[in-house]
Amino acid sequence: MTGCKPFITPQTMSNGIVYCAEGSPNSFNPQLDTSGTTIDASSHQIYDRLLDFDQESGAVIPALATSWSISKDGLVYTFQLRKNVKFHTIDTFSPSRIFNADDVLFSFNRWRLDTHPYHYVSGGNYTYTDSLGLAQLIKDIKRVNGYRVEITLNHRESSFLANLASDFAVILSAEYAENLINRQQMQLLDHRPVGTGPYKLVGFKQDRFIRYSRHDNYWRDTQLMEKLIFDITPSSSLRLAKLLTGECDVIALPAHSELDVIRQQSKLVLDERPGLNIGFWAFNTSKPPFDNPEVRRALAMAVDRNALIEAIYFDGAIPAKNIVPPMSWAYQSDINSISYNPVAAKKILKQEGFPEGFEMSIWAMPVERPYNPNAIRMAELIQAYLQQVNIKTQIVSYEWDAFRNYLTQGLHDSVLIGWSADNGDPDNFYRPLLSCSSIKSGTNRAMWCSEEYDEYINQALQFEDIQDRQYFYNKANEHIAQHIPLLPIAHASRYQAYRANIIDLSINPFGGIRFAGVSKNNE
Amino acid sequence: MNSVVLRYTNLMVITLIVLSLFSFALAYLFPGHPIENLTGLSTEQLASGYQHAFNYASGESLLVQYWHYMAALFNGNWGFSFHTGLPLYEEIKHVLPASIELSAYALIISVLVGIPLGFLAALNHHKTTDYVLLSVSVLGYSIPVFWLALLAIMGFSLQLGWFPLSGRISLFYEVPVETGYIVLDILLSDIPNKRSALLDVVQHSILPTLSIAVVTTTLIIRITRRSVIETLDTEFVQAAYARGLSTYQVLVRHGIRNALIPIFPLLAMQFTTLLTNAMIVETIFSWPGLGNWLIQAIYHQDYPAIRAGMLTVSALVVVFTMSIELTIRLMDPRRRRVRRGTI
Repeated sequence: MTGCKPFITPQTMSNGIVYCAEGSPNSFNPQLDTSGTTIDASSHQIYDRLLDFDQESGAVIPALATSWSISKDGLVYTFQLRKNVKFHTIDTFSPSRIFNADDVLFSFNRWRLDTHPYHYVSGGNYTYTDSLGLAQLIKDIKRVNGYRVEITLNHRESSFLANLASDFAVILSAEYAENLINRQQMQLLDHRPVGTGPYKLVGFKQDRFIRYSRHDNYWRDTQLMEKLIFDITPSSSLRLAKLLTGECDVIALPAHSELDVIRQQSKLVLDERPGLNIGFWAFNTSKPPFDNPEVRRALAMAVDRNALIEAIYFDGAIPAKNIVPPMSWAYQSDINSISYNPVAAKKILKQEGFPEGFEMSIWAMPVERPYNPNAIRMAELIQAYLQQVNIKTQIVSYEWDAFRNYLTQGLHDSVLIGWSADNGDPDNFYRPLLSCSSIKSGTNRAMWCSEEYDEYINQALQFEDIQDRQYFYNKANEHIAQHIPLLPIAHASRYQAYRANIIDLSINPFGGIRFAGVSKNNE
Repeated sequence: MNSVVLRYTNLMVITLIVLSLFSFALAYLFPGHPIENLTGLSTEQLASGYQHAFNYASGESLLVQYWHYMAALFNGNWGFSFHTGLPLYEEIKHVLPASIELSAYALIISVLVGIPLGFLAALNHHKTTDYVLLSVSVLGYSIPVFWLALLAIMGFSLQLGWFPLSGRISLFYEVPVETGYIVLDILLSDIPNKRSALLDVVQHSILPTLSIAVVTTTLIIRITRRSVIETLDTEFVQAAYARGLSTYQVLVRHGIRNALIPIFPLLAMQFTTLLTNAMIVETIFSWPGLGNWLIQAIYHQDYPAIRAGMLTVSALVVVFTMSIELTIRLMDPRRRRVRRGTI
């Protein structure tokens, strides 16, 4: 058929999208891993969740669950499941039945129960659900009938639905899992996945590519490309070069310094969206003199945050006032934030007994993250500011894994780090960053434990109504502003660069990239 | 003649043994546990069921260990990569053809362009054409390969958009790996649009091939030019002129063959340069060959992969160079007593 016209662009080219990703996923199951690379490669391509977030409003909307009801005491959630949802057919498995309650039970019990046959397959670490304590929160999951599931909680928690809509609460196929047990290849569940999502995995070569093809019986009525390819390209400048030549249609994480190059190209589009993240400077409040809130205040006043933002983020971030960004409903714009005042800072230090200043360390994370693209440079700038108030500083950095390990042990004086939220609920900022229990799980970098604060954020979860919850989060915001366990610096924007002929691609504010519904025009 | 074959084989075997000894020593020279560096498996993994596959006898003397290592090497048991966890023998079997393919394209182009231009320069000895070709070749020879490759990318890929800048085929084509040589694989496969796939391969190959070919071509021009000039100076050529043959006749009957004979051994010597350049260019064009793979291994401190890769490259160079030398010796007995080892 193509014989008569040999030198034309083949049909396949226009019927697929190439996404240049920054790395290889560890597995194809987001239950196991919080790394953004794994989520991008699996969560929204291969799987579906019971619920989804509305891309604009952030509200929880139906997905595999068509409707749900919550009992009056807020403890029992009943989900009505969607019918006629088909799983992927792959070369080693063809599903004999459609999605039903068994799949929900299987997927949730895997991380919830350590007696589950698959619990310890692939390591048995369920980082996300463990850090939120979801296994402890859920008392029981019951199959009411084939299309109705009832989840009972141990206590009320209003962020529960949001957690079920997050990237990590994917639904696997129970039938496939059973099939793998019979074949004694249980680990394939996470590496040759079967889901209900818009694309199915057809090939993966470490550090080279991931190939997906269209799931022909996808339940949503969205436009899908025949092929979806992840071209794994770790270097950000090479990704940009490939975008320019058209070898990539979409690229991951364009570097802040290259944004202007993209803006100047008429064939490329750069989308920008405020990110659900926070970059901050946390003080180790378990160590003197940082256990003194006044000293922390003085340190915070000694640093000009606006200058930091200009130097590090270019114009890709907004100054932070709270730990939640403005797009969250828990944001409080009228909070009295700290302004740059080295003279006052010196005065406070003198009052607190440090007229000669002191020495401290600033830990700067070694990797580039959306919330802080260059922590080491930022540490150098802070070093210069602190010099003016007679504080000598030493900048410390380790390899990323060791760095986080030492932070959890509390070896630092202060650290430049941040947080990206996984769902739209503000609890996702307040709890992991500053609650007492998160010191142990290793996300509370300030090592700060305040019973009053914990009380506020726990109470906020007792209510469903946003206005009621807002009241408690405002209290929490004020408490943070008063005690300054950490200095919020910036909420960085997220960027996505793609070629102009890609249609309907948007930045998913609540996590991984989504290719369902994205299509391509021929140039 | 048998003694020549024997001597070369002997030399080759000894060199290869030294290489294998060195690669074995690397397991001890690299940081970490030697058995982990050799197998690419952690000691815990080894304990649970891999012993039979990797019986390196770590308690035994070094000599016994080396013996086991060699036995494993010949069984295709090269260990596993730290980074990907895949068997190294399989990995190398997949990446090596890509490098050979790239080097072969470059060599073919260099020969097809270099030899005629060399003749042209020699025939116009001390004339403008000669000087121009000579200066161009000096220029080409002095340009660093990586810089040329980057320049080519900037001009032809980014500015003009004529050629893609990475890989050897668009990922849209799913070519099953049979031989590892992409052109052969496409021809052997039953994918629907072979013709456009081949065209895509050509488009992907042009820039990397040309980047490597430039250096080799300039070398070949110079070698050919000198050889032809020397041949034309010999007495039998002068005698042919004296018999009244035209330049064309002299060239065809006496010149070409005699000038080419000394060129081929020198060409073979270029193989090493070619392979090195190919490995550099591979990393720039993300060509999935051995060079790119080795660089990744170094990047990830993947010691088993570095060891296996190093052994493959050096063994390849040794075997290739020696075989070419031997062939030439057998074909051209004149070289037996002449100065050997000149370039």
